[in-house]
Amino acid sequence: MANPSDVLTALHVLEYPYKRSVGPVIGRFLSGLREQRFEGIRASDGRVLVPPVEYDPQTAQELSEFVPVGPGGVVTTWTWLAEPRSNNPLQKPFAWALIKLDGADTALLHAVDAGDEATMKTGMRVRPRWKAERAGHILDIECFEPEA
Amino acid sequence: MGEPVEIIQTPIRLEYQYTPGVSRSRYLKGLIEGKILGERCERCHKVYVGGGSGACARDGIPMSDVVELPHVGTVTSFCIVNVPFAGATVEIPYTMAAILLDGADIPLNGLIQEIPADQVRMGLRVEAVWIPAGERTFTETIKHWRPSGEDDAPIDDVLKWMRADA
Repeated sequence: MANPSDVLTALHVLEYPYKRSVGPVIGRFLSGLREQRFEGIRASDGRVLVPPVEYDPQTAQELSEFVPVGPGGVVTTWTWLAEPRSNNPLQKPFAWALIKLDGADTALLHAVDAGDEATMKTGMRVRPRWKAERAGHILDIECFEPEA
Repeated sequence: MGEPVEIIQTPIRLEYQYTPGVSRSRYLKGLIEGKILGERCERCHKVYVGGGSGACARDGIPMSDVVELPHVGTVTSFCIVNVPFAGATVEIPYTMAAILLDGADIPLNGLIQEIPADQVRMGLRVEAVWIPAGERTFTETIKHWRPSGEDDAPIDDVLKWMRADA
């Protein structure tokens, strides 16, 4: 067999610069983030869905009643990420969490900068930390952080 | 309030560490030195070139018998590219061909230049045009292939080679 040092290795990057249209409902949600506002949408059973969806998940009826929610919320479940990757929102250990914003009935996925895994608790209160420069994107929220 | 958001960028990026393996590493290093290295199967005596798995596809055994091949061969098949695409560096139309080097039993893929695309044919004899030594990289070694000036290989030889039982 050949010496392992005889074998070449090289970085290979596969990258696709996708764009997607977001539609009127997600578009309005993202536009709200740019103004540091959260908006959900009321489903036909009265629940407030966040992020909002265009059609009712049960009846498929078109939805249109936007409802302000948040900005604070509650962690409903989470997982700790000890080694973030370069494309993650935080470059230090953090939690991915589902966060039910105040006034919402469904939870939103985002990062929580808790500093330490021991700080993370299901049911803990969190609030958004906004980016200074916002473009109308989910990452206009830098992350959520524990409420003081 | 700014304009409503209608489009978002959702780039996807994957970073791989690619390892060509023993056989293809040897082939690529050979090209840097201006050599085209193949491998012969000790059982069926077929000569593979182009840096495959390093195992004979017919016999499934490792091939350690390295063979240096000449830089001339015969076009066995080709494709004329007429459609421009992002990142393309060659002017269309151009021809990509399967080139059977003399002494090899499997063709290499190569870009044919220095002949109009519509004159490329099965049996055309071609030779490698190299990037100068010292300027080669693992992805840039043979610049292209051009007609060698020899008479075409007899078409029957090409067709015979292409048969499954050859």
